[in-house]
Amino acid sequence: MANALSQPKPMAEVLPRQNRIRLGRLFIYAPLAVMAVLYLMPLWVMVVTSLKPLDEIYGGSFIGPPQTITLDAWRSAWSQACIGTECTGLRPYFVNSLLMVVPAVVLSTGIGAINGYILTKWRFPGANFVFGLLLFGCFLPYQAILIPMARTLGLLGLAGGIPGLVFVHVAYGICFTTLFFRNYFVSLPDELTKAAMVDGAGFFRIFWSVILPTSIPIIVVSCIWQFTQIWNDFLFGVSFTSGGNSPITVALNNIVNVTTGRKQYNVDMAAAMIAAIPTLLVYIVAGRYFVRGLTAGAVKG
Amino acid sequence: MNAAKSFSSRLAGWLPRIVVAPSLLIVIVTVYLFILWTGVISFTSSKFVPVYDFAGFEQFVRLWATPRWHTAVANLFIFSALFLLLSTGIGLLMAILLDQNIRAEGFLRAVYLYPMALSFIVTGTAWKWIMNPGLGIQKVVNELGWTSFTFDWITDPKMAIYTVVIAGVWQSSGFAMAIFLAGLRGIDNSVIKAAQIEGASLPLIYRQIIIPMLRPAMLSVIVLLSYIAIKSFDLVLALTNGGPGSATELPSTFMFSATFRRNQMGVGAASAIMMLMTVAAIIIPYLYSELRERNNG
Repeated sequence: MANALSQPKPMAEVLPRQNRIRLGRLFIYAPLAVMAVLYLMPLWVMVVTSLKPLDEIYGGSFIGPPQTITLDAWRSAWSQACIGTECTGLRPYFVNSLLMVVPAVVLSTGIGAINGYILTKWRFPGANFVFGLLLFGCFLPYQAILIPMARTLGLLGLAGGIPGLVFVHVAYGICFTTLFFRNYFVSLPDELTKAAMVDGAGFFRIFWSVILPTSIPIIVVSCIWQFTQIWNDFLFGVSFTSGGNSPITVALNNIVNVTTGRKQYNVDMAAAMIAAIPTLLVYIVAGRYFVRGLTAGAVKG
Repeated sequence: MNAAKSFSSRLAGWLPRIVVAPSLLIVIVTVYLFILWTGVISFTSSKFVPVYDFAGFEQFVRLWATPRWHTAVANLFIFSALFLLLSTGIGLLMAILLDQNIRAEGFLRAVYLYPMALSFIVTGTAWKWIMNPGLGIQKVVNELGWTSFTFDWITDPKMAIYTVVIAGVWQSSGFAMAIFLAGLRGIDNSVIKAAQIEGASLPLIYRQIIIPMLRPAMLSVIVLLSYIAIKSFDLVLALTNGGPGSATELPSTFMFSATFRRNQMGVGAASAIMMLMTVAAIIIPYLYSELRERNNG
């Protein structure tokens, strides 16, 4: 600005350029704003529909704000809606999902951390091959293991319940968490571990007091990624559990697919919101880490 | 004393391998052995439960003689092609626009990406309601005065697969955007400055310099989106439940219903093997090149 004042330029040179820039800015902001509206629209529709009484839904427009706000649909979705023959609402299934997700996230992150530590700081012959084996597990189409896993869970006595799902999510989660931690630890200087070794620290001591304190960011990435994946899983839930043992995604799908009577769209939307809120909250609070987990499979570490 | 020490030091040497062994064992069993097991079942006459006879390629022959499977494969091609094209195009466009030093970038990025945090079941439920012809978009547009407007794709067997594309693109284009944006931020600005000094226009710079430099990001996006497309299961189930009829059947939903609903475990296993081979044909060369580059770099 000061530069422009001290060295005045001919108007003809300055004006068109500024105009062009303003116009250019419009071409940038307009599509971005339109996209933002399109992306927010389904969330808006879910929220307003869940707050409307049923008559307003059948009489009004799906996108308009509610004339009368009621939490009845939320109450119904949480504690009264029928899933199969049981009219318990989503609450017990929400609890199921929590009971599944907490141990699965903690176990898979812990195991991934120690694997990543070994594969970078205690390399042994074949370590790369081991990593390759784990890496393909990230891209496994799970249909290819559904039948054997169903049989195995039966043999282990884990069929049909939450402990079985925890096992499945830990088994396949290890692949992702090991990838996260390995790519993070690769960039930590080896001098760190070597110095600790000279001081007489052993394998576990180095992990616990040298490596772990530096890896808070990647622990957060791993926990968030695993939480989102496991909470949102549907395939394992619908394949390996039944009835009251299902996670929330399966229960939500059952509520929505009820075909008897007048369709209660407001309850459907409230139920969808209840299933979405935990992962949305995590995303809002820690979106930065969520993005890092997403791009971990793509951006080279 | 000496022997004890050498034992403990040898143990210390083996400790990392001992600690990593259980994970490796679990992955070898639950990934590789289970794939093999599914492969074995695909060569048997299993129906309701696995039986271990040898039926040759009977299940594969039966699979490829099933019209429903043909629908599923055709749908996978339509869905993946459009899903990839639209998600990549929209994602790239959003990334380039976001990279123009704009205000509220963080907010916009968060808006484009939040669908990735949702379950496909939630997405499917929401879009099913939005695209429902009786009460959704069609009704609103009709009431605005355009009475002849119809948007009933979700109940039209010919068009229903495109509703899956819409919901899928809505959910995943932000993901493409995030990877492209990371790629754009990694490009050295001096290259662009040099081109600007040479007098190249901005569109030209993007076409000739920046987009070609995004090739690694492009590869990652295409591979990861193909993987998402092939394993899409919950989205279809929540949005259309494979219907109307079998109009939106995909290999993933076919495999599930053959195995768990129609007691055709052998056919289900055969379809799972077909899916696995498709994914492997895309993923293994990708992982190979990623790992090799990483070792060289």
